[in-house]
Amino acid sequence: MAHFEKANSLHEWLDQRLAIDTLERVLAKEYWIPKNINFLWAMGMVLAFTFGILLVSGIFLLMYYQPNVELAFDSVNYTIMREVEFGWLWRHVHAVAASVVFLIIYIHMFTGIYYGSYKKGREMIWISGMLLFVTFSAEAFSGYMLPWGQMSYWAGMVITNLFSLGSLELNGLVEWIRGDYVPGQAFLDRFFMLHVLLLPLAILGLIGLHFGTLRIPHVNNQDGEEIDFEAEAAKYKAGNKREAKVISFKPDFLSKDMFVLSVFLIFFFYLVFWHYSFAMDPINFDPADPMKTPPHIYPEWYFLWSYEILRPFPKDPGLVAFGIAQVIFFLLPFLDRSPNVAPAARRGKFNIWFWTMLVDVIVLTIMGKLPPEGIYSTIGLVATIVFFALWISLPFITKNEKAV
Amino acid sequence: MKELKILAVVVFFTLLTYWGVEPYAHSVMHKHVESKDFKYEDLKPLKKRGDAKRGAETFMSAGCTGCHGVESAGMPAPMDPVSAAASFGVNPPDLSNAGALYDEKFLAALIKNPAHATMVEHKFTEGRQHPMPGFYGVGGDIDQEIADIVAYLKSIAKKPEEITPKMAFEDACGRCHAVHYENWTQIGEKPKFKYKKDELLFDAKVLDYQDYLYKYMGKLPPDLSMYIRSRGEHYISTFMEDPQALLPGTSMPRVGVTAETAEKVIEYLQDSGDLKREERDSVGVIVMFYLFVFAFLAYLWKQSIWKELH
Repeated sequence: MAHFEKANSLHEWLDQRLAIDTLERVLAKEYWIPKNINFLWAMGMVLAFTFGILLVSGIFLLMYYQPNVELAFDSVNYTIMREVEFGWLWRHVHAVAASVVFLIIYIHMFTGIYYGSYKKGREMIWISGMLLFVTFSAEAFSGYMLPWGQMSYWAGMVITNLFSLGSLELNGLVEWIRGDYVPGQAFLDRFFMLHVLLLPLAILGLIGLHFGTLRIPHVNNQDGEEIDFEAEAAKYKAGNKREAKVISFKPDFLSKDMFVLSVFLIFFFYLVFWHYSFAMDPINFDPADPMKTPPHIYPEWYFLWSYEILRPFPKDPGLVAFGIAQVIFFLLPFLDRSPNVAPAARRGKFNIWFWTMLVDVIVLTIMGKLPPEGIYSTIGLVATIVFFALWISLPFITKNEKAV
Repeated sequence: MKELKILAVVVFFTLLTYWGVEPYAHSVMHKHVESKDFKYEDLKPLKKRGDAKRGAETFMSAGCTGCHGVESAGMPAPMDPVSAAASFGVNPPDLSNAGALYDEKFLAALIKNPAHATMVEHKFTEGRQHPMPGFYGVGGDIDQEIADIVAYLKSIAKKPEEITPKMAFEDACGRCHAVHYENWTQIGEKPKFKYKKDELLFDAKVLDYQDYLYKYMGKLPPDLSMYIRSRGEHYISTFMEDPQALLPGTSMPRVGVTAETAEKVIEYLQDSGDLKREERDSVGVIVMFYLFVFAFLAYLWKQSIWKELH
């Protein structure tokens, strides 16, 4: 066992046992970040914080929520909203955060694509991020079931039906997943478990992995510049902060993170108090009714683009297209064959690719909500074809990209 | 500044997506019906000046009290709600405050031809009769007699400002719609019972009533506890004013409420489905104040650290 001196302060006592000074140095004070990055790099921190908000508000909701098909709706809308002190606040915070977290995820993803942050040594950052995105999607979907409103019920019906895999008609699989012929008590029980235990655990693990993937290749920067982190860090440590191309995470980048976070929180709580309804589909305030189908069934806004990819085709091709849309983003680092790590603006054809993809996903999102009729179907079909054409063309347009 | 430009791009695409998914999609999926300010312009205005005293006599001789109670004038309802529903399909309203709750043109039209005034003539075809018979007069000028009855109903009603949201809701909507978050059933507020047996008896009465109502309406009118959230103020208000405009063929009658009554009904539904709206505003202001101070301090901190870096 190591030798211990008598500690003169709590700090020293803890440091002897937990090496807190070393931890702080490695994880924060000498965790080097390029200086040349903008506020979009603070989205990771914003996401981590929003996940924290979801976790804490979720725990409060969990105290009063009843995972029972008879009681679930009223436990949310009556008990939590009317009887529990500030239950309304926790519920609106949870619902708004669940929606806003996807907005920030999309901003985070498109930032990564724009600056080429998935390339050359940073593939694992991208892949672990995409794993997080998929797990968040499952978390959001399972959570949407819990209030047992009309859209919960019918979205649950539609999404689980996908598992019959079209013409394969694996209805037994669908029933196995639901635990019943239609969404019912068994269905609610298992989605409750997934939402409050298994998926949050997976998310926590993946956040750890995602942070870990940053350690070796470091975060990218606005110019995609390759930085010699050790040499630059040495400059910084020698006191030459102005010339060093890197800064420390704490306090340098943290101070910027905090400012960005504070602006985000103003936006977030404005939504919570005065615009919460954007995140809550009115149809879900009708209790689940298996005898009555809502006139339009659509998912939450953040799934609309992939839902729209499913719709314009017949059953089987639609499912295949939907399946590809779910995984294609994972392959981005391998489909982009250019050696350049640079912002899209400097990459010629890729610049067009990026903005077309962004607009196309937004078009798909908007069409995904509208009823699949007339002109909306046509626009949806075109946008879907454009989506796949973009992915197919990506290796070709990046292959001969000029070095920048 | 470059970062502001980037922020503008992010905000633009965020707002574009929001616009498409929320207001635009909503406008496509839901027909917008403009309120006509509860003016009931399809109904004829009252031409005669009514006399409340004569109206009281006409009211009695017209036989209104055969079905309707007028509690405020010491005339209780002739039947309990369940028996009334067994006879008429629905419990006829007590008329104590009808003069304050409903539009006078509507009341006059209702007395003359109930199915027409409530816009449910499509339900009463092939010999089916509206449970309330039209008034054919008691021998004099029928328009004068109706004006008198309306004047009488107005004279006995509470002043509009004395009508509470709860009274407005119960009278205008509460005989068909339950609001279980407010403990309201179609036959009245559910009391606290000492014995389970009494509670079950009460519940059985509610179920009986609902059965009759189901037969009369074709479906059980929905519980309105969360309607303020699932339909919103505007929809509820315009639906009350003219149900056929939003849901053609519905068996829900036009209620004929005045604009003030409609506002009170909305307030009652807000208390049911959105009780904490005032708390939300007041807490919101405090939280925003805190966040602005936080943002200001965070900005100062960032500036103080970054001035050494550039």
